[in-house]
Amino acid sequence: MIGGGATAAGMGHLAVMDDSDPQFALTSYSQALWSELAPQLPPDAEYLPCGSLWLAADDEEMAEVYRKFAFYQERNIAVEVLDAKQLAEAEPNLRRGLAGALRMPSDSVIYAPCAARWLLEGIPVFLGHQVSEFTDEGVEFANGHRFAAGSVILATGTAITRALPWVPVQPRKGHLLITDRYPGFLHHQLIELGYLKSAHSVANDSVAFNAQPRATGQILIGSSRQFGTEDSTVEQDILSRMLARAIEYMPGLPTLSAIRAWTGFRAATPDKLPLIGLCPGHSNVYLATGHEGLGISTSLATGRLIADHILGRLSAIPREPYLPGRSFDGHD
Amino acid sequence: MATINLLVNGRVIAAESGSSVAAAMLSSGITTFRTSVSGEPRAPLCGMGICFECRVTIEGQDHARSCQITVQDGMVITT
Amino acid sequence: MIIVVGAGPAGIAAARCVLECNLPVTVIDDNPAPGGQIWRGEAINLGAAQLLSGTRVVAIDGRARTVLTEGPGGPRTLHFSKLILATGSRELFLPFPGWTLPGVFGAGGIQALVKTGLHVAGKRIVVAGSGPLLLAVAALLRRRGADVRLIAEQARPAALFSFAAALLTNAAKLKEGAGFAWTLAGVPYATGAWVEAAEAEGHVRHVHLRQGNRRWVEECDYAAIGYGLVPNDELHSFAADSEHVIPVPTGDVDLATLEGAAAGYEAAGQPRPSAKLERARRFGAVLARAFALDPELRSLPKSDTFVCRCEDVTLERLCGWDSFRAAKLHTRCGMGPCQGRICGPAARFLFGWQDTSIRPPAFPVRIASLVTTTLATNGETS
Repeated sequence: MIGGGATAAGMGHLAVMDDSDPQFALTSYSQALWSELAPQLPPDAEYLPCGSLWLAADDEEMAEVYRKFAFYQERNIAVEVLDAKQLAEAEPNLRRGLAGALRMPSDSVIYAPCAARWLLEGIPVFLGHQVSEFTDEGVEFANGHRFAAGSVILATGTAITRALPWVPVQPRKGHLLITDRYPGFLHHQLIELGYLKSAHSVANDSVAFNAQPRATGQILIGSSRQFGTEDSTVEQDILSRMLARAIEYMPGLPTLSAIRAWTGFRAATPDKLPLIGLCPGHSNVYLATGHEGLGISTSLATGRLIADHILGRLSAIPREPYLPGRSFDGHD
Repeated sequence: MATINLLVNGRVIAAESGSSVAAAMLSSGITTFRTSVSGEPRAPLCGMGICFECRVTIEGQDHARSCQITVQDGMVITT
Repeated sequence: MIIVVGAGPAGIAAARCVLECNLPVTVIDDNPAPGGQIWRGEAINLGAAQLLSGTRVVAIDGRARTVLTEGPGGPRTLHFSKLILATGSRELFLPFPGWTLPGVFGAGGIQALVKTGLHVAGKRIVVAGSGPLLLAVAALLRRRGADVRLIAEQARPAALFSFAAALLTNAAKLKEGAGFAWTLAGVPYATGAWVEAAEAEGHVRHVHLRQGNRRWVEECDYAAIGYGLVPNDELHSFAADSEHVIPVPTGDVDLATLEGAAAGYEAAGQPRPSAKLERARRFGAVLARAFALDPELRSLPKSDTFVCRCEDVTLERLCGWDSFRAAKLHTRCGMGPCQGRICGPAARFLFGWQDTSIRPPAFPVRIASLVTTTLATNGETS
């Protein structure tokens, strides 16, 4: 199925991020590619240039807003600081008393499965086949059929470890919930700055407020992060904590009708950077995985970097930080 | 059977106590309960709370299934 | 505590049998009052059972043996020793041009609405679809003063003959059938016939009918169209592996009552074999064969007919996918608030797809109803 894995499970938030310089380079490059593509996207890709708001609950988080503001300004990324009053005007359904927010006007939202289908148009796709073997000369399907190819790209998300157990990718479970249609309830993708704290805590299950307006008027609510489980069941206690956190930020949420909740698995790496490039020990096999929560965001840049390598072109950003053979020393 | 009043889109309609909101609205001649995502008028189909075609706003609650809710005197409903 | 979900004939029978075994029982039901669809609006005596009406089951945890419910008093978590799922059936709707028009109801749909106060006196109504329910509905409509124009049954006479033959062996059914015949005297009953289209601006005014090569138009104020029943088995899919969850097979009212009773005794730890139940199951199988859907009904929807009414997804957009999940993911079919309960069975008939992607909550609920734990916060609470 096209886009049936993490692509279907994720939010489809196209964001620029600043955890590290390589992360910033990849996300900002990819966002530029998405912006270029936006006018051609089909309507069912539901591209919504809504922008993001990173919410600061208190002065400590507001200090983080200013730090990020300086970071992005230095790098010529459009960015804006909203004070408490401006934030209340931008999102009236947020609770009063928040300190402010960082607005990223270039961030956007997409419905990834349909975007993926559109990106694959004109490319032969073999659905329902399992690859049992891959070499530098091509792949072999489980039914014995061989397919010769000059390059093989493994873009299998968390499933990569089934083929290559040494690859440092771990499934990181997440929950999401979508509501019925409430047009005008929410205008931007909202993320609490506390998200950064919880997103980085590896030891415990964590939840953080994250809400997204869909083109349909629906509201997509996240998020949770869990390691050490491969059970895709929606866990009531996690869902409950996640929604309780969301309600703290948006007191109007409790009366909205929830239609569906689901889970998905992010492909997480120890250093929070994806694995993009030649697979160690191979000359024509490439990896494109380990994007954790930024797979859709950075998909276009990922494709470009691998295409550049195959075609012997220079890339717009350095490729080294993402190479699968890099050292993960110092990261657990 | 006792008659009570509902306020539907600002208009008073009479309803028999004990009836469902959907039945009362239909009996009063209201034909459109909601507008579909492509703009079509829609009205109850299943009558038993499954299809969600009878959704209206009841006492401020959006997306309420009018076929599963019993009328109350003075109930405010918008389609 | 034994919990029964559903207060229709099966759930009521189950609850009564649990009580008979001197065990406490709680009945949870989505409707404002017990009775289900068959006994909607009738006085129901549930004895010492605790009844939670207007209450939906949101989630089942088979391991913890809890159900999460949303009711008039808000969300509640209830523990169970055994959980009986007597969630009954809904109608099967087959898409055809105009089926989304106001005034086009299900057959059971208009029945439920009439039982909750819909006035039909003087209304011209076409009843169509399949199954013995059509007769019960037409009889009810006529008793309430409606002008039932005709009943169009998709099954062909040869198939119906086996049903009639089975009726002869079932005295109660035969009596019921005779009652319908009496009430419906003078109403045309067309077999091998169906509604091809419903038309007019904003509300149904007439329907196009077809019987073999014969086609005609019937004016009407309402159309009541249902193609039989499909079980409400979504809840069971959330706890299919739990030995403490007992799903009750669905059927007509007699079968449902017997199945419910069997489930009640089983939950109480006193299973009782029943020859009556075996007979009712055999009758149910005959019924299913007699009213099997004509494959020609697959050509009812046209390319621009909506199959998914929540998201307005046309037949054309569904063609070319190989599973319900793929179609859902790429067209939004089944992503609306009915959660695929209407389009799912239709797509199963049209394309042979099984909906395998059933997600919680089991029913759309307020977000508040999903918040069951309190969150420890850094001094900041809402």
